[in-house]
Amino acid sequence: MTKLVTILLAGILTNNMVLSKFLGICPFLGVSKKLNTALSMSLAVIFVMLIATAVTWPVYALLLEPNGLGYLQTIVFILIIAALVQLVEIVLKRFLPPIYQALGIYLPLITTNCAVLGITLLNFTDSLSYVESLFNALGAGIGFLVAMVLFAGVRMRLETADIPESLQGLPITLISASIVSLSFLGFAGIVG
Amino acid sequence: MEILLPILIVGAIGLIAGVGLSIASVLMQVPVDETEQKIRDALPGANCGACGYSGCDGYAAAIAKGEAPPDRCAPGGAETAAALSQLLGVEVVAKQRRAVVACGGDCDAVGQKMDYHGVQTCAAANQLYRGPSDCGYGCIGLGDCVRECEYDAISVQNGVAVVDPAACTGCERCVKACPKGIIVLKPAEPHPVVRCSNPQKGAVVRKICKKGCIGCMKCERVCPTGAASVKNHLASIDPALCTNCGACVEACPQHCIQ
Repeated sequence: MTKLVTILLAGILTNNMVLSKFLGICPFLGVSKKLNTALSMSLAVIFVMLIATAVTWPVYALLLEPNGLGYLQTIVFILIIAALVQLVEIVLKRFLPPIYQALGIYLPLITTNCAVLGITLLNFTDSLSYVESLFNALGAGIGFLVAMVLFAGVRMRLETADIPESLQGLPITLISASIVSLSFLGFAGIVG
Repeated sequence: MEILLPILIVGAIGLIAGVGLSIASVLMQVPVDETEQKIRDALPGANCGACGYSGCDGYAAAIAKGEAPPDRCAPGGAETAAALSQLLGVEVVAKQRRAVVACGGDCDAVGQKMDYHGVQTCAAANQLYRGPSDCGYGCIGLGDCVRECEYDAISVQNGVAVVDPAACTGCERCVKACPKGIIVLKPAEPHPVVRCSNPQKGAVVRKICKKGCIGCMKCERVCPTGAASVKNHLASIDPALCTNCGACVEACPQHCIQ
């Protein structure tokens, strides 16, 4: 139990997907301009991370590992995640239209997100059990949400800030992203 | 021979995924509105979100429901707008609406409660005690709308934004840019407009602005068609009922109907 909580907290704070591992930077910079889009994106990421872990873990443990095909994991996981997200999208559209509407375009967009692939691969690097992997995915997803919401707040302030001309746009966004990332270094060593 | 197993596994997973997806897409097919599907096909499919909806699908759904105009697609431009309006059976009227600044509080009419030296945008100034102007509802005059306008239709004159109706295309960009929300779109044909957005009581408005609406109901009384009405101490004129007779313009003691 303690280990599960530790994994969850580590995913959110110390090993934050975006701010410590630098995975999923693309959506982090791309859709953090507004708080509501950042939220939908993060919810989609949490959702996909969970189902991707739920499916890839057994595939690796039962199919690839026993046959000594561990090296295939990247390509197989990409294949599975892409197909799975498509499938989930179809199912959601049919049975849960409100959720489909809420996740919108972000669901298909994150099929090839490196944070999602990253978490499924990291589950094995850290040799976690099935339940631990699920908690790891949940923690990473919530960590992504925290990073997105924090950064959306920063960017909303940037909109009205008086920024030197040469730094306007992407440069100042990257600089502020690195400062936010630095602040997360303060969590290092707290958990895990 | 060693290569066979990996090939088989990857191939099998791909096959299962592919077949599964095609079966699912047939089984789970959602009946789509035919017009919506046609509209979706006419859109470029860039999913850029410039229209203000979540993607091309969202925009197509909104058009099909009649909630969105067909001319919002930025990548598609005029071509897409024409194709869409043909689908819907409506004509694209290039000039339907014009923007109007519902505030006449220029530097002579309204005082300043502070000497603002911050970032020179309305959005920034608005965050500090609702802007430097005495009136928390009126134009700040730092020109966020002017910078947003692509047609040079807006200028700040004596501290208040003014729209040139001849140059305005009704694109709504200034409406979105204004942090006070006092720019509104009105039908293009000329009719009087209340140039005040302050809902406070008459006595309060009179103290802070010489040109603000005090809710005296004079316009409502003189209007022959019932187009002018006063709600929340603020007059408004319904363009659908207005005959442009000019009675309210003459009756207004504050000269805020123009």
